[in-house]
Order: sequence, then structure tokens, then C-alpha cells
Amino acid sequence: MPLTPERIEEKLRERFPDVAFERQQGEAVRDFTLYLPADALVDVCTYLRDERECSFTMLSWMGGADYLPRVPRFECVYSLLSIPHAARFTLKVRVPEENPRVPTVTGVWPTANWHEREAYDFYGITFTGHPDLTRILLPEDWVGWPLRKDSPLGYEEVAFTHNTPGRMKPSPALKKLAPKKVRYRAQ
Amino acid sequence: MTDPKAPQPTPFRTLAQARPAPPTNDLIVPTGPLSDEDRFREELEKGILFTTIESVVNWARANAIWPLGFGLACCAIEMMAIAGPRFDVSRFGAEVFRGSPRQADLMIVAGRVSIKMAPVLRQLYDQMPDPKWVIAMGACSSCGGVFNNYAILQGVDKIVPVDVYVPGCPPRPEGLIHGIMKLQEKILSSKIELGPIPRKKKRVTRPQAGPGAA
Amino acid sequence: MTLNMGPQHPSTHGVLRVALELDGENVVACKPVIGYLHTGMEKQAEYKTYTQSIPQTDRMDYLSPMSNNLALCLAAEKLLGVTVPERVQAIRVLLTELTRISAHCVWLGTHAIDIGALTVFWYCFREREKVLSIYDMVSGARMTASYFRVGGLAMDIPEGFLERCEKFVREMPKHIDEYESLLTKNPIWLARTKGVAPLSAADAIAWGVTGPSLRGSRVRWDLRQAEPYSGYETYDFEVPMGTNGDAYDRFQVRVAEMRQSTRIAEQAIARVRKLGEKGEYRLRDFKYVLPPREEVKTSMEALIHHFKIVAHGFFPPVGEAYQAIEAPKGELGFYFVSDGSARPWRMKVRSPSFVNLQALPVMVQGKLVADVIAAIGSIDIVLGEIDR
Repeated sequence: MPLTPERIEEKLRERFPDVAFERQQGEAVRDFTLYLPADALVDVCTYLRDERECSFTMLSWMGGADYLPRVPRFECVYSLLSIPHAARFTLKVRVPEENPRVPTVTGVWPTANWHEREAYDFYGITFTGHPDLTRILLPEDWVGWPLRKDSPLGYEEVAFTHNTPGRMKPSPALKKLAPKKVRYRAQ
Repeated sequence: MTDPKAPQPTPFRTLAQARPAPPTNDLIVPTGPLSDEDRFREELEKGILFTTIESVVNWARANAIWPLGFGLACCAIEMMAIAGPRFDVSRFGAEVFRGSPRQADLMIVAGRVSIKMAPVLRQLYDQMPDPKWVIAMGACSSCGGVFNNYAILQGVDKIVPVDVYVPGCPPRPEGLIHGIMKLQEKILSSKIELGPIPRKKKRVTRPQAGPGAA
Repeated sequence: MTLNMGPQHPSTHGVLRVALELDGENVVACKPVIGYLHTGMEKQAEYKTYTQSIPQTDRMDYLSPMSNNLALCLAAEKLLGVTVPERVQAIRVLLTELTRISAHCVWLGTHAIDIGALTVFWYCFREREKVLSIYDMVSGARMTASYFRVGGLAMDIPEGFLERCEKFVREMPKHIDEYESLLTKNPIWLARTKGVAPLSAADAIAWGVTGPSLRGSRVRWDLRQAEPYSGYETYDFEVPMGTNGDAYDRFQVRVAEMRQSTRIAEQAIARVRKLGEKGEYRLRDFKYVLPPREEVKTSMEALIHHFKIVAHGFFPPVGEAYQAIEAPKGELGFYFVSDGSARPWRMKVRSPSFVNLQALPVMVQGKLVADVIAAIGSIDIVLGEIDR
């Protein structure tokens, strides 16, 4: 029997009856996605990994997203892959802005280590229990969370002659750098 | 050499051109052994050139540029392609890509320079011994290129002085070789300082940071 | 002793920094430090339309640019809910497989150079130049092609393209034999790669490794056969697998993959010939895809659609989609969240090298320092993709 997402949802609701699962609605939501609260995350992930009928042994990727005007602001998306059943499943956790903390899943899948560091680096979401939560892609002393919607792109105004006063002509000293004519032997 | 008989302003002159031998009368066949001076002159004519130290030093520097292996991103692959079989850069003496900056004299900044990499780049530039040159290969190292955001340095000339800018994204290997040839022209025409000999205040034409620097 | 394999190093395939704790020559701890090529592509994608992000993807895994283009286009097409015509799929498969061959050529050349076999570099780059001139012919650029568009191709294939591809595909197996004759039974190569940097299947899955590194550890998982996209289910090819999960097995898997790619490319060329050397190269859905030029000049509706798409971009429905492909390095996926406007709300790239590199400490724990070089080479990483 192929492993369908509906079957997985059924098993999850049966195993965790007091966890508030919520299916993501939307006609263009192309992958079956379940929302769950952050405190149930590690247990659900351990179950999905160990249960023989599911065997989601690989965490394909984990990412953050910022939906700024919406409350709660952030989301963490976990995309799971089951190689024996050739199935994918997506879990999402809503993360509020005032207290952006999510339990880490590095205990379930070691690969989550760098994915969580990246989400921390880009959004400032703290993963409690993470062995080494430091910036991974930006310099260690960078201040700010660049991928948040209220962080600027950091665009540098391109310097044309019309918007840079005092640069209409190149400086006369540049003429000295022009190489004198040399007959290179290949010419 | 294309045409040895055409008058070319080369920096090298043979002894025969410098001090032409006195005219001999062809009808008179020399009898007896050559004099010492003539024999000496004959030997000398075979292997002595007159030139300036500046020309020789510049010629040596231009034709044996050792680049530092400093490929950052996509332009690095085109830089590897010029070391490849089709665009052979060892014709220009530049096929030894040194691993250590202390042994290199050309830094080809091939690729985008991120803000995390910029101090590393400056340190590598400082570790290179004089004389050294920098080629900014590609659009990203010349001016930031496609990426104008928080993470990319808008032009490597903000931190190191650049001699040649090679545009392209990535520049074709022929473009980079053209850039290397332009650098060779620049080296051949540069002035060098000769040690402690007191000279008029003539500054070495080191490349200044161009108008792109802030 | 702490040793720093700094961001500038001939063997790190880009700007990777590895902080090594050594005890003599044995590695006690190994920590890769990345971020020296971080380009902010995901942030920049939120300010550009989908089509404007396609050239950015070229610069991610710059050894296999058309694969990245394909991944973005497929993810956007999944979000839109459209499928491209069969001829377009065949051309995409053909170019993607040629890309795979060229990416593996570079991998082999640089991996061999790290280990010391310099000759292989020149052999491999000779073949790569042929693929690059095919790219040049079809898109105008040698490396950063940006040839695929959401809903089709940028322009139709030129004349002589199929002949050029056929010639390449006919000559390639001989060249692969050359590489194998140089390396496969070479005692120095065997000594440097057999038993080096082993990765067990359970470790590989736990660390999220995909691609030839996973198949080298004897796990049968190839997205082209497990979750087919772009018509791959109709092509006949094998998925090579290794036995021990060491560097030698990964080398064999990739060389065998090059052979399988020539096989797929042959079938794709035959299919394109059957469907027409000139024909439709875009989906006929003008809400999302540019209409053909002739119709823009004659039909008012096509003109308006053309104007809208060029001036604003196309407007996908509100939703999200994730689509992964089997890139030469592993599972490359794009996750788009759309809010209905022409610019994506979030673009997340699941890059294979980012995940595969995490397994490096596992592979070299307790081994010699020279094995670290062989391991980095055999994982096949590209820093542009790791740092995005």
C-alpha cells in the first residue's frame, strides 16, 4: 500500500490525539503540509522517523520564512523524505516574533544542524538545545537578521555622473598612468 | 622576429648596430691572421646586447607572471579554462598558479567578493611581495556585478588597487588572456626604481586606487 | 595541533575553510566554516521576478548551470500548475544530461589534481570545452547560459545543434574510457581513494546526503527514477551504485553516471528529431509565458499579454511549491512561496553541496590529513551553491 499523506496524517492524529495538527489550506499549496505546535515537534519527528510504516529517515531540508504583517511572524518548514517508501511530507511550525524559540531536531536528524544555523543566521530564530548555534553564512560579528522583511537589501546606489556631484571629469592625475606606446613583439 | 632588416625601435641593440665595423674594401682579400682586435670583435658580435636594466627587468617580469590561485566563484572556472588545453596560458608564462601568496606576483580576483572574504583578500594581498599586480576578473570583482546587496563588496577596488579590469560574466577565456596581455603591456612600460642611486624625485607609477574607490 | 585549511587553498574547490584539530597526522576534529561566498541570493530573489532570478541560479552551482535553471523553472511551473510540451522536455533533458557530463568532467579533473594526477585535468577540460561550445551555440554564453524559462526555453534550438550534440555523444564514451584507463586501475589512485573517507548508508541518510555520494554508499535513490520530472520516466537508463561508500566508489559511480548520461542524451536527441527540429519551444499559456513573436505582431490579445509579462512579470496563484531535481551534486530543490504578486515572497534553495558537506567530519574522523583532501574532492562540493 503506497504511503499517502492522508494516511500519515491519520496515523499522526491517532498517535498524538492531543496535538493540534492543522492542514494547510490553499488551492495552490502543491505539497501536503501540516502545521503543528513547536512543543510537539521533536516527538512527532521521532515518531515519523522510527515508525516502520513511515520511516522518514531523511530530513531533506529545513528553512525559515517571514510573513511580516501576519502574527505569528515566522515559520519553520521541515521537509521530510522517506527513501523506502519514496514519499515526502512537510511539517510547519509557526514561530512568534516576541519569543522566536523552537526546539532543535538535531537529535532526530543530525543534518538539521546547519539548516538550523542558517535559519538562525537569516531570521534570528533560536533553536533550543542546538549544539552550536552560531552564524554560518554571514560574518560572526554581523548585526541584524538579513532575510527578515524589515531588513533592507543593502543596495548600493550605483554611481553615475549625474548623481555623484564633483565627479564629472576623471582626475588629471590619471593621464600619467596611461602606458607609453610599447611595441610588443607579437604585434 | 618578423623582419630583422626593417628599422625597429627595439630596446636591444647588437654590438654590430652599436658600433658598426669600419668599412672594408671587398676587393682586398685580407692576408695573414686577423688582428687581436678583429678576432675579439668577431667573438663579441655573436653574443652581446646593449640594453637598459629597466627593459630587461620589465621584460622578465612581464613574461613570467605567476598568478596566485585565487578563484572565488564562477570566474574561477574560466580561469581554470585558460590553464586548460584550449586556451593555453603557458604561452604567456603564467601557467604556474602558485598556492601561496608569498610566491605569486599576480592576483586574479576571479569571482564575487563577499564581506566575509574581504579581509582575507586584503591579507593575501598584503602577503604578496612587491612587485605585484591585481586583475579584477569579471563584473562582480570590478563593480559588484549582478549582485547589489548586503553581502557582496561592490568592486574589489574598494580594498586593493586594481591594474586591469576584465569585464564579462564570466569573461571568456580569450577576454582574460587579453587582460593579461594588457597587463604585460603595462609592465613593459612601467618605470622601476634603481636602489640607493639618488635620482630626481620620480615616483614609481604604482597603480593608484581608481575612481571607483570611495 | 590546530591547522587551518584557509579560504584560499588550491584544494578546497572554492572558498571553503576547514579548521582541523590534528594529532600528528590524524584528524581528531574537523569543522568546515563556510560563508565566504555568501551572495544573498535568497534575499535578492524577493526583489526580482521569477524570470529575473534565473540568471542568479546560474551562479549557484556554476559547474552545472543548466541544472539549476531547470530546477527553478520546474518549481515555478509546479507552483503555476502547468506542464511544458514534450519537445521542450526532451530538449531540457538533453541539455541537462550534457551538463551532468560537463560537471562530472570538472569534478574528475579537479579531484585528480588534488590527489596529484595532473594529466586528467587537461583531458577532462578538453571534453568540457566541447560542451561549453554547445552551450555557446544554444544560448550565447559559455557557462552561465540561462537558457530555460518558466514555461519553456528562451529561444528555439539553432540549426546544427542536434548534429553537434550527436557528434559529442558519439565520441564521449571513448574519452570516458581514456579517463578510466588513467585512473581506475592505477595503484596510486587506488591507494589514495580505496577505503578513504568511508560513509555508511545509515550515516549518509542521517546526514541528509544525496546524489552520487549517497549512491556510493549503496542506497538506491535517484530522483530521476524515484520522483521523475520532465519526462525522465520514459528514458531507459541505469542508476549506478557503489558498495563500500568510500571515495573510490563515489568515483566509480560518477564515471558510470557519465556513461549513462550519454545514453540518455542519445535517446533525447532521437526524441527531439522525432518531434521536430524546429517547433514549439514554449507553453501556449499566455497568462504566464511569453507568446510567440509572430503572434505578438498580429494579435491584440497576445500583445497585451506580452506587455504585461515583460513589464510586470507573471502572477502565480497564492500558494507554495517545492520541486527537486537530481542535479550532478545531489538533490537540488527550490521552494517558492508566492503571495500572488510577480515577485516570490520567499525563495529557498535546497542545495545538495550544503547538506553533503556536513558529512565531511563524519568521513574523516580519525583518518589522515591527506584523506581530508581526497574526501572534499570526492564529496564534490561547489561553494557557490553552499553559500548562495
